[in-house]
Amino acid sequence: MSLITKILGTAAAVAIGAGAALAEPAMIYDLGGKFDKSFNEAAFGGAERWSEETGGSYREIELQSEAQREQALRRFAEAGLNPIVMAGFAFGSVLEEVAPDYPDTKFQIIDMVVEADNVRSLVFSEHEGSYLVGMMAAMASETGTVGFVGGMDIPLIRKFACGYVQGVMAANPDATVIQNMTGTTPAAWNDPVKGGELTRAQISQGADVIYAAAGGTGVGVLQTAADEDILSIGVDSNQNYLHPGQVLTSMVKRVDVAVYDAFKAGPDLETGVFVLGLAEGGVDYAVDEHNEDLLTEEMIAAVEDAKAKIIAGELVVHDYMSDNTCPVK
Amino acid sequence: MDKMPRWADIVLIPVFSLVLAFLLSGLVIVAIGEDPVAAVKLMVTGALGSTYGWGYTLYYATNFLFTGLAFAVANHARLFNIGAEGQATLGGLGVAFVCLAIPWPHWALALPAAIIGGALFGAAWAFLPAWLQAKRGSHIVITTIMFNFIGASLLNYMLVNVMRPTGSMDPATARFPPGAHLPTLHDLLAVFGIPFSKAAPANISFLVAIAACVLVWLLIWRTRLGYEIRAQGHSEPAAVYAGIRPVRIVVLAMLISGALAGCMAVNNVMGEAERLVLNAVEGAGFIGIAVALMGRSHPFGVFLAAILFGFLYQGGAELALWTTIPRELIVVIQALVILFTGALDNMVRMPLEKLFLSMRKGRG
Repeated sequence: MSLITKILGTAAAVAIGAGAALAEPAMIYDLGGKFDKSFNEAAFGGAERWSEETGGSYREIELQSEAQREQALRRFAEAGLNPIVMAGFAFGSVLEEVAPDYPDTKFQIIDMVVEADNVRSLVFSEHEGSYLVGMMAAMASETGTVGFVGGMDIPLIRKFACGYVQGVMAANPDATVIQNMTGTTPAAWNDPVKGGELTRAQISQGADVIYAAAGGTGVGVLQTAADEDILSIGVDSNQNYLHPGQVLTSMVKRVDVAVYDAFKAGPDLETGVFVLGLAEGGVDYAVDEHNEDLLTEEMIAAVEDAKAKIIAGELVVHDYMSDNTCPVK
Repeated sequence: MDKMPRWADIVLIPVFSLVLAFLLSGLVIVAIGEDPVAAVKLMVTGALGSTYGWGYTLYYATNFLFTGLAFAVANHARLFNIGAEGQATLGGLGVAFVCLAIPWPHWALALPAAIIGGALFGAAWAFLPAWLQAKRGSHIVITTIMFNFIGASLLNYMLVNVMRPTGSMDPATARFPPGAHLPTLHDLLAVFGIPFSKAAPANISFLVAIAACVLVWLLIWRTRLGYEIRAQGHSEPAAVYAGIRPVRIVVLAMLISGALAGCMAVNNVMGEAERLVLNAVEGAGFIGIAVALMGRSHPFGVFLAAILFGFLYQGGAELALWTTIPRELIVVIQALVILFTGALDNMVRMPLEKLFLSMRKGRG
């Protein structure tokens, strides 16, 4: 018995040793799955880019259940993978418990702040990017009514909505903004059918530009908007290519860069809390060959002006999460 | 008697079904270009090769034990309780209420209270379908499925609007107080000086589940109520003739079934997550059906089948962690086992039965 234990112990030690020597990074996707065309897929894109550029390999897992959150974190940490990147605020409470147990492993969490010595917390200034696309929506709208479809009704998505409304009002103070949330549970991130229904409802109320901040649900919003021949705005990844000429722009959140940078830094990843806004290139609006015909010079000039002012600190976009209220409706 | 010997019914058919399921799963793995032998090795070492693996296997098995027993008890009265999912969901609510109600001084006090809370809520959720079946003849399969959805929506409402701490983005309750934290197998075995992985979530509710197995065995085969449940299951007219009241038996069997399903929350809500999250049951209620069918509704059979499914879950998680087999195919492998052991039982049974009969004729 003790001999077997010893052999097993040695085998385990060798396995762990090998893992530590390689120090592969690891990526954990949230329940939405890595091909959601939005948040998780952006993370996957960053990991793939790192892999292509460096030729390195990495471990990844798409979670199947809540119980696997802690399991995946612990298993990857015990195998010596470093750093371990996870996409989504839902990892917060689990990471708080796990991180102190593996002081030599670096963790990176996106969209959530976890206070620990070995955790890098990344939060994005989504309100700033949403402000810019809000301005563009107001300027592109002919009816003066624009829409917003959120995913799950959480403070983070209200932060998107609040920034968007501020942008719309800055460009056209008489505009109307119709806001809808898809649901109150994580299922709201992956319900393209309901996204489509909400879009249709907003169109019937006069909206002719609709911003989707809803993960996989947004695919349905963009599809319906294209079918009904109005404009839409994508989120997280650059979604302009999904319906060329019918997606006004995308509010890109550089989750891919966040993952890429973490993988590149490897075990030397700098820990702490980092806020990525317009100034850091963490959020932006997307311009490419699929939407350049939709954008007027006047539009670009106005948005670039606002962007410069936000970066310089002359213009402050209100952050919903700072006080859980929005100054404009 | 044109019947198989009992040992063949209990041992041979499940083993045969399993082998078939694994062969087919092997083909699936080959088809996507992975090595099936390595995959099985990974599953076995990952689930059974370390105390860490055992810890997860037993954690999942505990869930399936409760839901499997729940289905088995109802099944003895020929009630197809497909609602263990909803009953366990409500059990979670009951456990969460108990754990958050007062700052518990010690787990030894919190555990019995949580068991009662989970069992009460689970039983309450089974009561209405049971009553409708007994009084109105509304089919229990339909009503319990409907109650699964009602239960999910109710939990949804409670977590989003009532029990979520202010400012939190997660639809989940606050963490339970430290006094309501159950000891894990690591803590329990440490008393005896046996090392066990600290990371694994298996906890004292595994022992509660084993106790439940014994109690169910006593109930079904050693008590008057158990006799009545079995009599009702075999033939209602005969039971009525013997002076058994079907309404009472149907309702009682379902209440016991619901209470067992509700007790599952002691393991997953109180033992593992230590807070109530959405979808905490994660399909264990449905797995319980397969577990009970495979275990022939006998507590010992349910125990073995629950361990097997615990192994499949933990082995599947290891596959997801260390191979590139996509998660959808891991579900396919798990589903094949369920399909062969549960639904396609007759496919294996009939040829085997024929084989046995022809052997007997040859001898006679």
